[in-house]
Amino acid sequence: MFHYEFMQNAFLASTFIAIASGIVGVFVTARGTSFLAHTLSEIGFAGAAFAVFLGIPPLDGMLMFTILSAVTVGRMSAKASRREASTSAVSSLFVGLGILFLALSSSSSSYAQTILFGSIVGISRGEIMQLVVLAGFVLLTVLISYRYLAFDSFDAVGAKAHKLPTNLISIYFLVILAICVSTGAQIVGSLLVFILLTLPSAGAKYIGKTLPQMLVISVAAALIGVWAGLALGYYTNWPVTFFIAVVECLFYVGALGYRNLTK
Amino acid sequence: MTEPILAVDHLQFGFHDRKLFDNVNFELVPGSMTSVIGPNGVGKTTLIRLLMGQLQPTGGHINWRDKPRVQVGYVPQFRNLDDEYPLSIRSFVQLSQLGSLLPWHKAAERRKLDEVLDATHLLSLQNRQLGMASGGEKQKAYLAQALIDDPSFLILDESTASLDVNVKVELMDLVRELNQKLNLTVLFVTHDLPLAKEYTDQFLLLDNGVGFLQPIANMEPDQMPEELRGIVETPEED
Repeated sequence: MFHYEFMQNAFLASTFIAIASGIVGVFVTARGTSFLAHTLSEIGFAGAAFAVFLGIPPLDGMLMFTILSAVTVGRMSAKASRREASTSAVSSLFVGLGILFLALSSSSSSYAQTILFGSIVGISRGEIMQLVVLAGFVLLTVLISYRYLAFDSFDAVGAKAHKLPTNLISIYFLVILAICVSTGAQIVGSLLVFILLTLPSAGAKYIGKTLPQMLVISVAAALIGVWAGLALGYYTNWPVTFFIAVVECLFYVGALGYRNLTK
Repeated sequence: MTEPILAVDHLQFGFHDRKLFDNVNFELVPGSMTSVIGPNGVGKTTLIRLLMGQLQPTGGHINWRDKPRVQVGYVPQFRNLDDEYPLSIRSFVQLSQLGSLLPWHKAAERRKLDEVLDATHLLSLQNRQLGMASGGEKQKAYLAQALIDDPSFLILDESTASLDVNVKVELMDLVRELNQKLNLTVLFVTHDLPLAKEYTDQFLLLDNGVGFLQPIANMEPDQMPEELRGIVETPEED
């Protein structure tokens, strides 16, 4: 299957998105913001619709909307107990806006479908470069803030007691998350980004006992999922995202089983 | 006389129209163990936040010793770590090592971590998942985290609340051991009068906005504010 250029591109693209999501996902899971990650992918759709309405590049609209809403939700939900409700509120508003802009811009809804479900097998070399930049950006931002991000994500109370600027770290992370979701979603679809952000890391949490272990397991599970999904999709002609979702769910359930066996 | 490590002088503090502290005075000498006693809502956690510099007094002074500078270790009251909390005890304690920005830990940092785990009797448990650890082991891990920067002053906020009696005693024995070995000054916020009487030399009674030190021998349950007679097990939430 590798003699087709579109398959080569698909493998490359999914490799980089899996690395970026696998890493960011570990912090998403630790901070308990999976729901927000889901919401951000919907908000990205609204941003893209807005961009289509204005006639600007969709990625710009997505970045604008996701970063804006990430910061808003971050400021609204300093209290964990309020996080779900404020995430719901912000997401409802933005999805509503997305529908409005799609209707106003009278462009076909197929574009919206691309954003939501993506098409990993229709990716250009230019888009791969964007994903390489994304993976590099995620690695770099996580590396330079590693200890602070780890402390605040895995023990926010302790981080506060050590006088870390926890609110600032929170917003910093949400911006990384927003960039990851928007860039990934416009190329492979927000559904796939959401799967890769949440399931590999949720499973890694049950297997790894240190942060480096969790990062390696999460990235490995994301990579195995996308590669297996692409291969299965190639041979069956069924949607790739479906297979990736199945593989990642199996990994998560397996990790859960592993935990129950070993506890 | 030894120079105090902390001197609080006519401290006043209030939120909006509510005056919490009117006149709090105390001086702590290095190596002392002091409990902070007071009914719910009297502002024990607020006092800690003032001492930590997270809040500014509306009157009076908080003076920390200048030389050598006082490093404060603080064990906060609430941690919401569930039984699925993934990190091992070692990794958890390691989170508070912030001496460098490098993602990996250097040999000196790993040695320091070993030392702290040893001092808190956690070395043999270091690979246990913190989520699976008992309440006492968790408190020791929180304590270890606060000790990583070699503090000379330790603040414990209700660390023994919700622990079984024998575990409380074990934890306080450890605190006393650290106090003696490292000449650590300890401020122990608690509702547990018998424990305070057993382990601290003096107590700071906060009541009606006033606070001052008394020798622990003076602690008689029937002299205490009504809410404090007997052991109140519910930790304060403010």
